[in-house]
Amino acid sequence: MSEHEYTPKSKVGKWFNDRLPLLTLANHLTDYPTPKNLNYWWTFGGILTFCLITQIVTGLVLAMHYIAHADMAFESVEHIMRDVNYGWLIRYIHANGASMFFLAVYIHIFRSLFYGSYKSPREVIWIIGIIIYLLMMAAAFLGYVLPWGQMSFWGATVITNLFSAIPLVGEGIVTWLWGGYSVDNPTLTRFFTLHYLIPFLILGLVVLHIWALHVPGNNNPIGIDIKKPSKDTVPFHPYIVIKDGFALLMFMIVFAFFVFYTPNILGHADNYIEANPLVTPAHIVPEWYLLPFYAILRSVPDKLLGVIAMLSAILILAALPWLDTSKIRSAVFRPLYKQFYWILVADVLILGYVGAMPAEGLYLLIARIATAYYFLHFLVVLPILGFKERTTPVPLSITEPILGGSPNFAAVKKKDDFKDQ
Amino acid sequence: MEKKTKRRDFLFTATYAVGAVGVGAVVWPMIDQMNPDASVKALASTEVDVSAVDPGKTITVLWRGKPVFIRRRTQEEIVEAKSVKLEELKHPEKDEDRAKNPEWLVMLGVCTHLGCVPLDQKGDYNGWFCPCHGSHYDISGRIRKGPAPTNMEIPEYKFVDANTIKIG
Repeated sequence: MSEHEYTPKSKVGKWFNDRLPLLTLANHLTDYPTPKNLNYWWTFGGILTFCLITQIVTGLVLAMHYIAHADMAFESVEHIMRDVNYGWLIRYIHANGASMFFLAVYIHIFRSLFYGSYKSPREVIWIIGIIIYLLMMAAAFLGYVLPWGQMSFWGATVITNLFSAIPLVGEGIVTWLWGGYSVDNPTLTRFFTLHYLIPFLILGLVVLHIWALHVPGNNNPIGIDIKKPSKDTVPFHPYIVIKDGFALLMFMIVFAFFVFYTPNILGHADNYIEANPLVTPAHIVPEWYLLPFYAILRSVPDKLLGVIAMLSAILILAALPWLDTSKIRSAVFRPLYKQFYWILVADVLILGYVGAMPAEGLYLLIARIATAYYFLHFLVVLPILGFKERTTPVPLSITEPILGGSPNFAAVKKKDDFKDQ
Repeated sequence: MEKKTKRRDFLFTATYAVGAVGVGAVVWPMIDQMNPDASVKALASTEVDVSAVDPGKTITVLWRGKPVFIRRRTQEEIVEAKSVKLEELKHPEKDEDRAKNPEWLVMLGVCTHLGCVPLDQKGDYNGWFCPCHGSHYDISGRIRKGPAPTNMEIPEYKFVDANTIKIG
C-alpha cells in the first residue's frame, strides 16, 4: 500500500509497530499521495464518513429511549421529542441526517459519473459503493418504519408487498418478512434489529471502499493516470484534510439549517398520526431520496415488471464500468458525453418530481418517457458513445499543461471552468 | 494422468455431505423463526355481528391484522355486479362465486397491488378505488383498471346465524 518503508522514530513505537503495524497504517493514511487538482466535488467522501458516524452515534442514543413495540413505539418517539433531555435535537439530527446522507451520496455518485471514476482500474471501488448505496436505502426504509406513524406503517406495507410480485413463492416470502398476516409487532421488532445492524455493515464496506481506493489512488478531474508520489500529487495530510474539513463545515451549515429551522420539511405530516391498519393515507409517497425509483415502479402498468424495472434501475449502475465503452474517463474531454450526462441529471430530477405526484394523466406519461430514457442512457447511449464520440486530446499530466508546453491548453482551461460551477 | 478415486476422496465427499446437512439443520431454525408464530396463528378467526348494517353500507373489521370489508349490497348493485360480462374482466370471476349470498360481499379490504386499503364508493366502477397507485374495483371487488393484478381476495367465512359472520 505505502510507497515507502516506514519506521517509527521511538523505540516503543517500533516495538509495537513490529507486532501490529498500526503506525504504518496511520503513516500511509497521512502521506497518501493525492492528485493536486482535486476539486470540491471530491470532498463528499469525507462528508459521507461524517454522515455515517453521525447516524450511528445519534441512532445509538435514540435506541436508549425508543421502544420497539407496536403499542409503544409511536408514544416512545413522542416521549423522546417532549421528555428526553435534548431528545428533540438528537431525533431531528438523526431524521434529517438520513436526508443529508442521501444528498451527499447522490453528489458523490454523480461526481463519479461525470469524471468516469467507475472505470478501470476502479470498478471494485464502484461496485462496493453501489452495495453501500443499496444498504443505505434498506437502512433508511427500515428506520422510517420505526416511529410507527401512518407513513411508517403504509410504507412498510407497500415496500414489503413488492416481494409478493415474485411468482409462486412471493406470498410466502411476504408472510415470512412480516412474521404474520400483515405488518404488525413482529415486523416492527425485526425491522428495528436490522436497522441497528445495517450501519455497521456499511461501516465495514466503507473500510473496503477506502482500501480499494488506496490501491490505484484517486481519480481526478482530468481523469488521467498519474504517477504517485510525484509532482502531480500532494500528501493527504494536511492538504486534503484541510480542504475536506472546510467543505464539511459548509455542509454542516446546510445540515444545521434543516435541523434547526425546518426539521420536518423533508418528512410527511401523516407520520405524526399513529399507524392505523384500517386507513391508508390518501397520498402515499416515500422519502424524497427514493422518489425517482418510485416513479419507475409506478410507470410500469404490470406489478412484476414494475418491480423488476425498479430494481434494474439500481442494479444497472453496477454494470456501468462495462456499459461505458469509452476509454477516456473525464467528461471534460468528452463533448457529447457531457451533454448526455446533464440530460441524465435532468431525467433523474424529473423522475423524482413525478414520483411525488399522483400517478395519473400527464404525470404518468412524463414518468414513462423519463423511465425509458433512463434505461436508454445506460443501455444504448453509453455503449455507442464510446465508439462514435470524438474526444478532445487529453493532457499528459496534471502539472505539464500549467507549467507550459501543453499539448492541449484549451482542454485544461475547460476543466477550470467546470470547477467554478 | 488419470486420477484414481482414493479412500481420501471418499472421506472428503462424506465430510462435505455431513457438513452440509449440519449447516442446513442450523440455518433452517434461524430462517423459520421469522414465520408467523403460534400466538399469531391462534388469532385466526373473528366473529362479526352484522345486524346493524343497512343496505348500501360497508363496515370494516380487522381480521389477522388486515381490514375485511363487509358490504350489504342494494338490489341495483347486485344487478350491476351480475350483469358484467366475464370477457371485460382482467381477472374473470363470476359475482356468484364471490358472494355466496348476493346481498353480502365479504372480502379482504387489501389492494392486490401493494396492499393499501381501497376507499369505499369511489373510482370509475362505483366500487372501490385504491389511492396509492390508482386501481379501480367494481361493486364485486373485481379489478377493472389500474396496476393491481387480481380481484380483491375473498376470505374463508360463513354465516353462523342470520346476523353473525365468522371470518377465518
